[in-house]
Amino acid sequence: MSRLIKQGHITDDTWLPVNVDIIQPAPGQICNLEQWLQLADRNGSAVQLEPGQEPAPLFDFVEQIQLVVIHFPVFTDGRGFSYARDLRERGYRGELRAAGHFIRDQLTYLQRCGFDAFQMAEESGLEEAVASLRDFSEHYQAAIDQPLPLFRRRTQNKH
Amino acid sequence: MYVYDQYDQKIVDERVAQYRDQTDRFLAGKITEEEFRPLRLQNGLYVQRLAPMLRIAVPYGLLNSKQLRKLAQITRNYDKGYAHISTRQNVQLNWPQLSDVPDILAELATVQMHAIQTSGNCIRNTTTDQFAGVAGDELEDPRPYCEIIRQWSTLHPEFAFLPRKFKIAVCGSDQDRAAIHHHDIGIELVADSLGEIGFKILVGGGLGRTPMIGSVVCEWLDKKHLLTYLEAILRVYNKHGRRDNKFKARIKILVNAMGVEAFREAVEHEWQATKDGPTTLTDEEMIRAREFFDAPDYQVVDGDVARIELDEHCARDRIFGNWVKRNTQVHRVPGYRIVTVSLKATGFAPGDVTAEQLELLAELSDKYAFGEVRSTHQQNLVLADVQTSRLYALWQQLQVAGLATPNIGYLTDIICCPGGDYCSLANAKSLPVAEAIQSRFDDLDYVYDLGPIELNISGCMNACGHHHIGHIGVLGVDKKGQEYYQVCLGGSQSKDASIGNILGPSFKQEDMPDVIDNILSTYVTLREEEESFLETYRRVGIDPFKARVYVQAD
Repeated sequence: MSRLIKQGHITDDTWLPVNVDIIQPAPGQICNLEQWLQLADRNGSAVQLEPGQEPAPLFDFVEQIQLVVIHFPVFTDGRGFSYARDLRERGYRGELRAAGHFIRDQLTYLQRCGFDAFQMAEESGLEEAVASLRDFSEHYQAAIDQPLPLFRRRTQNKH
Repeated sequence: MYVYDQYDQKIVDERVAQYRDQTDRFLAGKITEEEFRPLRLQNGLYVQRLAPMLRIAVPYGLLNSKQLRKLAQITRNYDKGYAHISTRQNVQLNWPQLSDVPDILAELATVQMHAIQTSGNCIRNTTTDQFAGVAGDELEDPRPYCEIIRQWSTLHPEFAFLPRKFKIAVCGSDQDRAAIHHHDIGIELVADSLGEIGFKILVGGGLGRTPMIGSVVCEWLDKKHLLTYLEAILRVYNKHGRRDNKFKARIKILVNAMGVEAFREAVEHEWQATKDGPTTLTDEEMIRAREFFDAPDYQVVDGDVARIELDEHCARDRIFGNWVKRNTQVHRVPGYRIVTVSLKATGFAPGDVTAEQLELLAELSDKYAFGEVRSTHQQNLVLADVQTSRLYALWQQLQVAGLATPNIGYLTDIICCPGGDYCSLANAKSLPVAEAIQSRFDDLDYVYDLGPIELNISGCMNACGHHHIGHIGVLGVDKKGQEYYQVCLGGSQSKDASIGNILGPSFKQEDMPDVIDNILSTYVTLREEEESFLETYRRVGIDPFKARVYVQAD
């Protein structure tokens, strides 16, 4: 069972990873996008997106999906950051997991874009990596973790 | 000038701490080279031919005297006692140690400076007109919006791993001094038919391997929508920009592939998600930003009297008069002039400035220019607010320090990247070519007779010397292991933007002064009356230049 950072803590993964050979994934199994599109019932479903697979097909099911995994095959491909924001801005509230070859120095940015779970290819550094979630205590922009940009909060704090 | 509050300071301080930890982990072998690369780049650190190069951000080219003194001290303590002004208004150090960089960044943070996003595939330093706020042809001061963009783009969580680097420039004047047509996003303050000022947004301009002029994606945007609209453009780019080939990854390639209509539609579509949301600018925020750039406390002077006195002084001292004519410009306030400090003395690398010169400029700016200095993308420095009655005293001190070469806007005011002497990307050296040309054309009367000419030199296709948009552009190329130089003619970075045409086969380094000489004499022979080099070139085309240069070469 693999481990991941979830809500700032290290925990075991309870989901089964994508298996392309399964024709009808059972509950508890993460689907790839193709498999997920074939599902008859998407309640409680889990789907993994690859770079190049935009989350638009998921938008009508944001209330039903329980887990979206966004895969980072290489840490320099930043498409997943936008996919995450897309999903959160369209009202997705389930688990949003970054998985793959991202690095701990990206955790703050990933979290700000709406990810709340982090499954790193290299598990050995998880304990140390958690600290990177707290690299910054203040931000200029609005993002998923802080819906108000600093310029709106500055004026609030002044009054 | 913008002044940090506790929020800005905290963000910059936390960034320093983060980078210190990253550097420690790298030096301890806990981060691979590949993983460390984007981390150091986004903190301004390149690994170069001889040593790392640290690029320090100068937001839209604005510096105060305290910052200049700090830069001088840093170049002494951590470098070789000089700095370099880049073509994007930043400051570069050529000899820092990788392990010293966290300390350098901490020093910079004490004077409200940083090196955030001066490199890497992210939103870079926003640039603007070096005469913002003092130019007579200005519709509105662009700097408050540059600062708003700076804050929005700083550590933006969604756009730190873009397909490629991303550069934004803003201009608020009739003449474009920020080269907005050659940026990933160019922003121009424009009035609509009712006179209300908003933004015209251009996308997809750029230099590099595939030079392109930006396309208009929005004719007029209400100011309050600036950030949400930029965010929509960036989101389209982040999702759809090419990542398979770094030479095709800039937004210009995407805009070109989609067509500007389809690109605009995609932006409008993305925009719906955030338009009118919390990132919409408030009047209060725009007012707050503008207050930082309020005019300084100008003396009320009789402009006519001041002009007459200056004219008389210039007539009495011809050398001073010549400097006033070449290196100072009309200021919007009577009794003041804008002074450009030339960093283009022959024998010194274009854009280089020593620690002593930085300290002198700090002192002179405190004394004569409200403690403020600006960097220009032509690699000079500007004292923007000098009373005409004090120009003489200022000039005398600049002259002693080698900072008064009267060549601003002329042939020897060469724009030049550090090239193969420093840069690991370069195909060829650029500094010796610049120096050879400056030495050949040391007759100022001839140089003035040629009129305004922009000569730009890049040591490679990455085009840091902006060779495509020089009236004369020189590009270093590698020909079977030998350094050669290709010449292009007819580029322009102004509102009549154009990209230069290649003259023909490339030349050896030692032939370059002759080649330039032939190009210039062709112009002198063919020009009509007051025609500038660019005007003549546009009228007669490239052929006469070609004929002259290559006949001579045979």
